[in-house]
Amino acid sequence: METTTVDTNFKSEEYFINMGPQHPATHGVLRLLLTIDGEIIKRVEPDLGYIHRSIEKMCERDSYQQIVHLTDRMDYLSSHINNEAVCLAVENALELEIPDRVQVIRTIIGELTRIASHTLWWGVMGMDVGALTTYFYGFRDREMINDIFEETCGARLTMNYNIPGGLMFDIHPNFVNRVKEFIGHFKTKLPEYDTLLTGNVIFQKRMKGVGILSKEDAISFGASGPIGRGSGYSCDVRKHHPYSAYDKVKFNEVLKTDGDSFARYQVRIQEMWESLSIVEQLIDNIPEGDHKVTTKVVIKLPKGEFYQKVETARGELGVYIISTGTKNPYRLKFRSPGFSNLSLLNHIAVGGKIGDLVASMATLDLVIPDIDR
Amino acid sequence: MSTMSIALNITTTIQDWLMNMMPEGVANILAMVIVALLYLAIFAVAGLYLVLLERRVAAWFQLRIGPNRVGFQGLLQTMADALKLVSKELTGTERADKFLYNLAPYFVIISSLMALAVFPFTKEFQAFDINIGILFLIAISSIGVIGILLGGWSSNNKFALIGAMRSGVQTISYELSIGLSLLTMVLLTGSLQLSEIVEVQKNGWLILQGHIPAIIAFMIYMIAGTAETNRAPFDMVEAESELGAGFHTEYSGMKFAYFFLAEFINMFIIAAIATTVFFGAWLSPFGITESIPWLGVFWFLGKTLILVFLMMWFRWTFPRLRIDQLLTLEWKYLLPINLVNIVIMAIIVWLNMTIQI
Repeated sequence: METTTVDTNFKSEEYFINMGPQHPATHGVLRLLLTIDGEIIKRVEPDLGYIHRSIEKMCERDSYQQIVHLTDRMDYLSSHINNEAVCLAVENALELEIPDRVQVIRTIIGELTRIASHTLWWGVMGMDVGALTTYFYGFRDREMINDIFEETCGARLTMNYNIPGGLMFDIHPNFVNRVKEFIGHFKTKLPEYDTLLTGNVIFQKRMKGVGILSKEDAISFGASGPIGRGSGYSCDVRKHHPYSAYDKVKFNEVLKTDGDSFARYQVRIQEMWESLSIVEQLIDNIPEGDHKVTTKVVIKLPKGEFYQKVETARGELGVYIISTGTKNPYRLKFRSPGFSNLSLLNHIAVGGKIGDLVASMATLDLVIPDIDR
Repeated sequence: MSTMSIALNITTTIQDWLMNMMPEGVANILAMVIVALLYLAIFAVAGLYLVLLERRVAAWFQLRIGPNRVGFQGLLQTMADALKLVSKELTGTERADKFLYNLAPYFVIISSLMALAVFPFTKEFQAFDINIGILFLIAISSIGVIGILLGGWSSNNKFALIGAMRSGVQTISYELSIGLSLLTMVLLTGSLQLSEIVEVQKNGWLILQGHIPAIIAFMIYMIAGTAETNRAPFDMVEAESELGAGFHTEYSGMKFAYFFLAEFINMFIIAAIATTVFFGAWLSPFGITESIPWLGVFWFLGKTLILVFLMMWFRWTFPRLRIDQLLTLEWKYLLPINLVNIVIMAIIVWLNMTIQI
């Protein structure tokens, strides 16, 4: 390789700047220590800890039923899926037979959560590249899902519906109709997303060829979810290790090989279509039956180690439980998707402009409480 | 004085009226003060209502209602906001360069205010009809960037500094396009004086007279004008998702309001220049209201507001460009196109291929 020594009399000075913890682009309390040369990013160093609540430590104190309710405070946009992960881990450890009805409802709820999360991401993504209107379009559609969830489980943000052994209560009588109404609505609105933002020349110029992550790097950084799939790394837990009713439905794992911001963007847009089709397949075929199996009031897991992973809207969420046979876990570790995804920010942002950093960060879809548990 | 006495405009009207009552010197000064106050009032009202318009238009684009509680349909909302801003404490950073920090907003607002003076709202309603009107407008609108640079630099904040530097780069680049696209039209009119430019358009608005090159010039002008006002998709200066609030991060209260109002007045100015140069200023289409001269205000403001709406439409639809793309657009596309366009316009004028109604 030819080495060139650039010797110019131009002197440029690197300087340091704090982006966050209170900055509109970091979506929460993430602090980035930036080293910048003019507009060009030289180094990005994320600094965490501003919203650390020691959830994992609290889990060691709580019973397994209580742990479920801590998880929706992690990635608050995938609360149902987080809850499901803990429930599945506990159920697998207890070797409970979960009714089909529960599995189908869990899948529907999970996919609706994914759509809600992606619509919010899309809105915020637009906002980060300067198109403020997208935010309201995204929220319009998320609102309908939130209404469905509010009716079903009584909450709109930190939602709890899954419990070890099934669901807290059966679905609301309106549930099926409202979900169908949403499917009809969203099918007409999702193409709007493309007209407003995807097809825009400025947007494509901002996204294409920016924040490139190769497949090898994606794997070595532990990227998962749409970020891994945007780099061509097949990592959909729903496909590779199906849980709930994912083995009963047909859906495609969305893969793009470009690895740039635009690929990650497209993966999420495509995933909304896939989620929509999963919900559509299941909503008419919810089996009859109980909404839960009765468990003991005090759940004691057998001695051993248990691991369960699920696909949240952001990627692979792993729950690792070490049990000593008591009512509390000895140690509980969450493998949160956001943490590994954040770790590659420096890799994809260096060499770009400040605007690129913001745009690439938006495609990582970070939720800070998920990173900082 | 000579140019002012030739043209029949509002300053001379007031002057003549005062001259009957008092000595000439006093009358002159008093006339200036009255006109200045009149324009200050226009400035304040236009600024405030453009903010309201922007908010309502934004709401309309974004499935919202917008401010509609204070006064009928929210008509007093921005007045209330302005009152709030006036009564707020002025905070600043500790190690700011106090003198420049305080001076910066005035640069911005004065440049906006001075530019307003030359617009022919109607044939009579023009404070200052100088024979180098276009040149004056371009020159005055360049002063604003000094205020932005000073404000960003003196507030001792890195984000503000980045914003100010971006502004400097952007405004200086896009001024070229503004100037050249206006020059294209000056070729057609043969005059820099705004009243004469309007006079020429009695044979058809310049965008019709100059047809293809005029339309190209108009498009370039609108792009560059949007960039000049630092609005989305060229709002690199503020870029709230990147820089917080950009150059005015450290400003509060009325000083912030000056920057904020100036942005809207600048938008009005850009639209008003386009109206004057491309769309016949106060001239009505096909001369339908020629017999009632004061209706010119209606036509002028109507055309301007349509263009303002266009700029708001840009803002609420497009994502923001990156700084290097912004400069690429100007130096690699707009500027060469503009230069070629001037040559085409020159040929068209030379061969007398303009369209006259």
